[in-house]
Amino acid sequence: MAETLKTEVTVVGAGPAGIAAACRAAESGARVLLLDENPRAGGQIWRGTRCGRGPAGARRWLARLSDSSARLVDTTAVVDTDGDGGLLVERRGEALVVEGERLIVASGARELFLPFPGWTLPNVLGVGGGQALLKSGVSFRGRKIVIAGSGPLLLPVAAALATSGAHLRLVAEQAPAHRVHGFALSCWRYPGKLIEATRYRAAFLATAYRTGVWAVAARGDDRVEEVVLTDGHRSWTEPCDYLLASYGLVPNLELPRLLGCAVDNDRVTVDDHQLTTVDDVYCAGEPTGIGGLELALVEGEIAGLAAAGRDREETALAGRRRRLERFAAALAHAFAPRQELAERVEVDTTICRCEDVAWKQLHPAGSFRQAKLATRVGMGPCQGRVCGPALALLRGWEADRVRPPLRVSTLGVLASRSKGPAGH
Amino acid sequence: MTRIPIVIDGRTVEAEPETTVAAALLNDGIWGFRSSVESEPRGPVCAMGICFECRVTIDGIPHRRACMELCRPGMEIETGG
Repeated sequence: MAETLKTEVTVVGAGPAGIAAACRAAESGARVLLLDENPRAGGQIWRGTRCGRGPAGARRWLARLSDSSARLVDTTAVVDTDGDGGLLVERRGEALVVEGERLIVASGARELFLPFPGWTLPNVLGVGGGQALLKSGVSFRGRKIVIAGSGPLLLPVAAALATSGAHLRLVAEQAPAHRVHGFALSCWRYPGKLIEATRYRAAFLATAYRTGVWAVAARGDDRVEEVVLTDGHRSWTEPCDYLLASYGLVPNLELPRLLGCAVDNDRVTVDDHQLTTVDDVYCAGEPTGIGGLELALVEGEIAGLAAAGRDREETALAGRRRRLERFAAALAHAFAPRQELAERVEVDTTICRCEDVAWKQLHPAGSFRQAKLATRVGMGPCQGRVCGPALALLRGWEADRVRPPLRVSTLGVLASRSKGPAGH
Repeated sequence: MTRIPIVIDGRTVEAEPETTVAAALLNDGIWGFRSSVESEPRGPVCAMGICFECRVTIDGIPHRRACMELCRPGMEIETGG
């Protein structure tokens, strides 16, 4: 039998939402366990934050977390429910069961990748992927980099790469100029965001930032050497050592869906207290709708207070949450992927990178389930986390039902469930 | 802080403290971390544990995500699996 950790509040995900939730719940007197897959707390956005390094807000929250009584359990992935209200988790190859009275899911988001010819070449990365590698210690000094993606993330990543000494050749935003400018104008209500964007832009002034431009193909022998770009009228080639190409964020909904939480339009349904449709399960941050750092923090604080039974203290935060939700909606509209991104796929383009399934193999299938059975698309180790959202956009296929394990795991870990698998 | 000796495909190299295995490999000029089902070279894409493209063998254990592991002294990494 696996070792069991008992607690009052379990928080899954130590990004901003999870950290805020864990701090608020612990400061309210609850016993809190905070689980994260990574070796350090901070999530993607605060990756690489340490003493004396990283943004002040990040350092403040991380310090608050370590001052709190919340216990961080790092390098730990949720594999399944244990069939008895607890979570089966894996830590360094060992199984653990976490039994909490209340659960806060702060599983964050991943990048949206869309297939195009050459996207499987080494050194074609996500925009956030490039940022994560930079924060994990990669030296991009002197490397030729093209960013061709979408969304506000392009700015901080371009700024960080330029500052690190990379040779940033172009920053291409796929959204058309009128959408991006309209969004910027609507930002007068959020002066902080505009100041931040201007500061980032100033850090890579030597490089053009172009709207309405996207990558159509990556080329190279054993890694990317050049990218073909287009503005819809004219195409041209840029040499590059790295191409950063991703199109915003998709929420990590696997755990909330496995728990049975209602999901509508890619958002976990929550009430004013961040409570999902499942008793004692709360959700905060990107899974309730892509909204960015500040919204994640506010939602995390509300969920943490609610899970600790301090509902009345949430009122002050509710107004901020509403304001930030409006900003998130404007963002989603401005940077929605254009149709042309779906039209880049050719018959031989790999769609499922785990199983090397090409577009032409998927053609006869009418649903994700059918395609899986016929081709193994989405059945590799990423379990459709990359190709699933891409096929939702390319083919309109809905994600298949979530099945445990949520993560590739060992038989030993899977065998330690206290009860049989759900539905058996 | 002192650099961390690690072994990449039989060669000893030094990694900066707090770098991931993925970062150490890229800094060492390796971009093909593994070989795909159709024998194509693949390297990191998401760098946050989602895509599994950066899988390598670490201390004899296959399919470890290079982006999720910090370099530890003496760690043995094999690519191309």
